[in-house]
Amino acid sequence: MNVLFFGIAKDIVGSSEILFSDEEAKPATVAALKKDLIKNYPEFLKLKTLAVAVNSEYANDDVTLSGNDEIAIIPPVSGG
Amino acid sequence: MKIVVEIVDVIDTAKVYTELNHVESGGICVFVGTVREFTNQEQVIALEFETYRDMALKEMEKIADTAIEKWNLNKVVLRHAVGEKGVAEPVVIVGASSAHRDACFEACRFLIDTLKETVPIWKKEKFKNKSVWVSAHP
Repeated sequence: MNVLFFGIAKDIVGSSEILFSDEEAKPATVAALKKDLIKNYPEFLKLKTLAVAVNSEYANDDVTLSGNDEIAIIPPVSGG
Repeated sequence: MKIVVEIVDVIDTAKVYTELNHVESGGICVFVGTVREFTNQEQVIALEFETYRDMALKEMEKIADTAIEKWNLNKVVLRHAVGEKGVAEPVVIVGASSAHRDACFEACRFLIDTLKETVPIWKKEKFKNKSVWVSAHP
């Protein structure tokens, strides 16, 4: 499982990518992933919003995650 | 090609007329977003943009499709820049072309407003002594 970080999320975790090996315990859903992130990096709680994309589509909290998904942490967007 | 959706290093604002021109159009409306020198009285040195490119292009295509359907547009352009942009440089250009002007005016506003809400692009404001991710915190 591969998790990408952008914008301020990248600054918070100090990396643009975290790779979970096959042996590691992985979050099963988007909600679980967010919970893990907040536990490990409480700074995420201070953001205005925290969205997750699975395979480059916005994903609700109940979406399940699988090993070969490309997951991205989407902090508040600010294009334009 | 009815839709032009791109993420580029440098925006050429002159190109957009040719891209939006269409024999069935009587109006073209374009919005250009540029780097403003002052934010809350603080001098901005530059803006730096980054993106999740694959997803951003997908989201931009969705916006273009929705607008074409809603306003019956002949052409749509959504183009965003990435990297560092100095004061007065263009950072985003969106435009719509339609038979009559009402449709392209409304569509153009929808294009930029929705882009700012949904497309995964992030902007960092660089000041003299600090830099800040825009809109990250409440």
